Amino acid sequence: MQTFSCPFCGSRPEYEFHFGGDAGNERPEGFATVAAPVWAEYLHFRNNPKGDTQEVWLHMTCGELFVMDRNTVTMAAGPGQPILPPKVTP
Amino acid sequence: MTARRLPHGGEIDRSRPLRFSFDGREIHGFDGDTLASALLASGERVLGRSFKYRRARGLFGAGVEEPNIYADVTDGDQFRVNQRVTTEAAANGLRLQSTNTSPTATGDRMGFIDAFSRFIPSAFYYKTFMWPNWHLFEPRIREMAGLGRLDTTKSGPIGDQINHFCDVVVVGAGPVGIAAAIMLAEAGQSVLLVDEGSRIGGSLLHRTAVIDDLTAAGWLAQASERLRDLGVQILSRTTAFGIYDHGLIGLNQKHVCGRPDTLWRVRPDQSVLATGAIDRPLPFAKNDLPGIMSAQAGLTYLRRYAVLPGQRIVVATNNNTGAEVAQAMAAAGAKVTLVTLRAEAEPLPGIALHAGRRIEGALGRREVAGVVLDDGTRIDADCVLVSGGFTPTIHLYAQAKGKLRWDDAMLAFVPGSSVEGVTVVGGAAGQFALAEAFHALPVALKLQAIVPITAGVPYAITPAWPDPGQKGRIWVDYQHDVTTKDIGLAARENFISVEHLKRYTTLGMATDQGKTSNLNGLALMGQITGRTIPEVGTTTYRPPFVPVPITSFGGPRGAELMNPVRRLALEVQHRAEGAIFGEYGGWLRPAHYGQNDAAIVAEAGMARRTVGLYDASPLGKIEVIGPDAAGFLDFIYYNTVSTLKAGGCRYGFILSENGIVYDDGVLVRLDDNRFIVSCSSSHVPGVHALLEEWRQDRFPDKRIHIHNATAETATIAVSGPLAVDVIKAAGVDAVLDDLSFPHMTTRWGAWGGIPLRLTRVSFTGDRSYEISIRQDLAADLWDALRDAARAAGGGPIGIEAVMILRAEKGFIVIGKDSDGMTRPMDLGVIGPLRNKKAEFLGKRSLLQDEAQRPDRNCLVGLQPADGAGPLPVGAHGIDQNGPALHSIGYITSSYPAVSTESPVALALIKRGAERHGEIIMLQHLGKTRMARITHPCTFDPDGDRLHA
Amino acid sequence: MTTTYSALSLLKEGFNGQKGWAKAWTSPEPKSRYDIVVVGGGGHGLATAYYLAKNHGIRNIAVIEKGWLGGGNTGRNTTIVRSNYFFPESVRLYDLSLKLYETLSRELNYNIMLSQRGMISLAHTPAEMEMSARVVNAMQINGTDAELYGPEDVRRVLPIYNFGQRSRYPALGGIWQGRAGTARHDAVAWGYARAASKLGVDIIQQCEVTDFIVEGGRCRGIRTNRGDIRADRVGLAVAGHSSVMAAKAGFRLPILSYALQACVSEPVKPVLNTVVVSPGTGTYASQSDKGEIVIGGGLDRMPSYGQRGNLPVLETVLSGLLEMFPAFRQLKLMRQWAGIVDVVPDSSPIIGESPLPGLFLNCGWGTGGFKAIPAGGTLLAHLLATGQHHDISRPFDLDRFARGRLIDEAAGSGIAH
Repeated sequence: MQTFSCPFCGSRPEYEFHFGGDAGNERPEGFATVAAPVWAEYLHFRNNPKGDTQEVWLHMTCGELFVMDRNTVTMAAGPGQPILPPKVTP
Repeated sequence: MTARRLPHGGEIDRSRPLRFSFDGREIHGFDGDTLASALLASGERVLGRSFKYRRARGLFGAGVEEPNIYADVTDGDQFRVNQRVTTEAAANGLRLQSTNTSPTATGDRMGFIDAFSRFIPSAFYYKTFMWPNWHLFEPRIREMAGLGRLDTTKSGPIGDQINHFCDVVVVGAGPVGIAAAIMLAEAGQSVLLVDEGSRIGGSLLHRTAVIDDLTAAGWLAQASERLRDLGVQILSRTTAFGIYDHGLIGLNQKHVCGRPDTLWRVRPDQSVLATGAIDRPLPFAKNDLPGIMSAQAGLTYLRRYAVLPGQRIVVATNNNTGAEVAQAMAAAGAKVTLVTLRAEAEPLPGIALHAGRRIEGALGRREVAGVVLDDGTRIDADCVLVSGGFTPTIHLYAQAKGKLRWDDAMLAFVPGSSVEGVTVVGGAAGQFALAEAFHALPVALKLQAIVPITAGVPYAITPAWPDPGQKGRIWVDYQHDVTTKDIGLAARENFISVEHLKRYTTLGMATDQGKTSNLNGLALMGQITGRTIPEVGTTTYRPPFVPVPITSFGGPRGAELMNPVRRLALEVQHRAEGAIFGEYGGWLRPAHYGQNDAAIVAEAGMARRTVGLYDASPLGKIEVIGPDAAGFLDFIYYNTVSTLKAGGCRYGFILSENGIVYDDGVLVRLDDNRFIVSCSSSHVPGVHALLEEWRQDRFPDKRIHIHNATAETATIAVSGPLAVDVIKAAGVDAVLDDLSFPHMTTRWGAWGGIPLRLTRVSFTGDRSYEISIRQDLAADLWDALRDAARAAGGGPIGIEAVMILRAEKGFIVIGKDSDGMTRPMDLGVIGPLRNKKAEFLGKRSLLQDEAQRPDRNCLVGLQPADGAGPLPVGAHGIDQNGPALHSIGYITSSYPAVSTESPVALALIKRGAERHGEIIMLQHLGKTRMARITHPCTFDPDGDRLHA
Repeated sequence: MTTTYSALSLLKEGFNGQKGWAKAWTSPEPKSRYDIVVVGGGGHGLATAYYLAKNHGIRNIAVIEKGWLGGGNTGRNTTIVRSNYFFPESVRLYDLSLKLYETLSRELNYNIMLSQRGMISLAHTPAEMEMSARVVNAMQINGTDAELYGPEDVRRVLPIYNFGQRSRYPALGGIWQGRAGTARHDAVAWGYARAASKLGVDIIQQCEVTDFIVEGGRCRGIRTNRGDIRADRVGLAVAGHSSVMAAKAGFRLPILSYALQACVSEPVKPVLNTVVVSPGTGTYASQSDKGEIVIGGGLDRMPSYGQRGNLPVLETVLSGLLEMFPAFRQLKLMRQWAGIVDVVPDSSPIIGESPLPGLFLNCGWGTGGFKAIPAGGTLLAHLLATGQHHDISRPFDLDRFARGRLIDEAAGSGIAH
């Protein structure tokens, strides 16, 4: 049993979380112009590194997405970070 | 009879004798005995058979390391297979059957196999049994393999599970583990101390020591009191079997008195491993004969259970722990000879000494009768106690990815790297002398503490590895009958990697997992191939450390507690109506209300004639709220949403990003800023997650709130020509005329002052109203609607009847009538792809070559064209043109005729949309049928009955 | 030296103290140049080398293995072989494999213990029975053996199944494939290695590929910790680490690596005669010839290269097993482990030339690569020898992702493979 740290709920057991994919997998915009290989890259092709990685996770019980640094060999997982940068009040 | 029980001493309670049976013979013991100690005391030597050669075997160990003796145990109405006799408590009335013997250990009919052993070395089975093929030989070999025999007429106990948090788990309650636990608790840590034995003490229970000027027993008593005072939680009969990711440690706790085991999932900040070490066998010819036993085991039987294992005992060793064993045996009345490879060994009074010598081979046929030394000396003996040196028990450390280091002085793999959260102490860290182990504790535990004082000589050892040149049959792995010759064969055939060695010879793969055998095996492989032991390396340590009951892992999850179905708020009402329930999308829903399938057709017909009432509560009701909700849903839906007027409803698809129809349903717009996504019942969590994902990922700064209201609202659908009359008669307060409340709109109403929402949509093709109300208030409404429906000649209908009604209309069920390749165009919904200009989920994928392929499987209706009954679901359309028969799609739904002339079926058929009217051949389980392709909708195609 | 395996040679060597056996394979030093190099000494890599030598007459080949032969998923799987697939493309692929398996022991002169005791994929609900019928019909139309079993059939092949009233997953029937079964996983790797070595293939263990030699936009060989090795064509069969190697070659794959756990019980006398898989519990099981119950289940929750078991998935898998077979509550778990598998969006393999010309892929087998070893080897060998797809491998090319033409078994059959 691993434990992950949701930025909103704290440390919770792994079965409350859902893996959401590579952080930074930007959706190509403009369906009329996006080439098929570019779309396929976005849909299917993954970094899948052995070692340190940054991923998006969903904490299913609170419904929030967050970003987490993780190591795919040691399974070490850093604290979850909110996706949104903190709002700067002018 | 060679071993015998001494008149006094040991932990046993002589006032409480007990009896059990072994292979039909009666065995006497006392409370406090293990099965093994009672069996040994009975004088019986041959207690089992080896796995392969079926050689007679006796006890080798006294704990978890035991390779030889296992039994199937019947305990009243309980049955336990493959029980290790050295770790199971003896109890009155048990019936033991030795494993893998036919019929008994002493009278095994298969013992003759050993005579053919030269022809069946390791891995011989890869070299033969190929002609005519393996199937000819396999059944016989399967029957000969295996250990115990399950009682397939019985279940087993339901395991218990518990989660636990603490600062530190100390594994092993020997002297070092106890001292560590005390130090940690004194430093303010919450400590859980676990030990697999029946009581704490570890080696102190059978070895002599003076600690803090106290005897072993005295120190133990004092330490126990201190542990209690400090609030250290102690679990005995508990094995730490695995360390898992993020420091989770798994424990299996055994209980006495028949209670099933408990699995503990413990999450400590630190695990302290004080797991000790296991004594290795010595390599000499016929070292597997019954009567040859580990020296530490012999001492354990003597001191803990008052069983003297022989009368004429040879103690053979390559280290300096043999003297204590020899003296103890002599003091108990045995004639003892000490054979030690250590030339510097000092003579002991009353004990014959052969220093600088080793055993060349054992004498005796079925049991040990003596030994021959390397100088030719023959010594008569009925018991040989061997000590080949200690192997640290570092399994948990290695599981936690600790790197091992070879210690050339200790001749052992010891922890060689630091692992976060894991500390190894005592014998497990290669500190085999108690003084040394105590002394190292404060540094290892990173705390200041007073260390127990003890004297003692440092551990010293001389190598005594198996030698490639040694003569005779020398066992390395007892249970699996791996001898030095087998290791030589593996090397000769180039299976020299340690993992190949293990797999080719099965060394260390038996139920004891090689606790006594692995190191001797890889030392020998090193010698043969000119490598050092660390160059050969070890195999990967895998959990569990000892076999753990599967029921501990499974726990209570089973029957209704496994993947529990979701229950309707109205279940009591449905049961009162005589509903037969089925599982639909994870919900338990009324399939129909009569006892048999005939009720289904009757219910469907009734709903068409008058009115049908069904529970639609599981349908998703996910609210999407906020000024930006419409724009958000325009992206989520295949269809355009923002043009929908307040109070209106629209049927639409949600696609996955790869263009596949993920869900269909009706989107309700309550007002400008409030929508209800009504998705399929099985997709509620998925759609909710999808909405949240895209809201946070793509619309993070937009004003959108998503709330899943599915569980808080019950929905009752009223469908049929008399639906309006029934709703009115039930007392629902709502304006129901078609002008102010047309089809595909939603309106608020009330019932007895309680607000409810009516949505006029139809899944049946008839005028239908879905009435949603707070779920805790739904029962009364249901009763009123049911009474009104009954009065109108209608009543409740189950899901199966609804399925018929919707199929007649060609309405699909996602996942049943669509598959994981279905695009919206395949379901005949082409408009949004052509006309919707805005970006939406999955749009780009609909432009892929594959999505645009003209010969895709499309939704169609099918009618039997052969005069036979309803078409079978799962039948494939077939095309016999071309080189081979091939499928052109398949039937997804099929029902008997209710409102239509012909039975109805829905199917996904290649190019189906352009083939209406065509007759195709179907194949089902080897038989063929003929069917006509139709439009999916075969009932009321113009929708007159909706009164839209 | 005794090089042929038979009862007679065993007898002879029995009198000879087993001293005359030749090495199963030799361990030469790597040469600096080969016609073809296959990276990965698991079942697929070794089979590729064997078929290159046997079917295409190419002998100047090396198999490069980072660790020890068969040490990856070949030695970690639950040994099931079957071809119960839905799409014709899949059936052609896996049935080729099963057919090759059926004659493999004698072809390799190595008993791989192919045990065709049949496999039942259970159906627990009427809906699953309908789906099973869809699959059985597809299999029959596509020319492989399949039967739709009813409840009585299940009682016959699985007499110890939980048929009780409270069974969470009652067995209404299922898909039966009689030719399915198990084979001894290590023996498959060793048998191919021995046969390939006999045909002159160099098998290089303890040799780690650090990079690819790229010249003129083409793969010209590999760099290893034992030196550069040049080759005209390079094959990649490194399941679990495909993405890692692809990254070295400069491209990404539609793959995520996950740990797939398996475990075995202590051995007991025969109680389970077929392979069984349950979609309800997600658990599959068979009994090995040694008597162990071999158990597998779903993937772990997170992508992983850590080859170790984890508790939550194990508990789920084992509770499923116990729900199916209550008598197994008497059993103890002896060993658990994990392999790293390539998980592809459509759960079908990727076979074909990579984006780096001269480098050819055999990857993406998901949880089921073992059963495909003979076919995977045959097809990659064909690609490496000819530069062209075999008819059977064409649909499995990497280009299917850009075209959208996935071969998604779960999509068609509703059953995850």
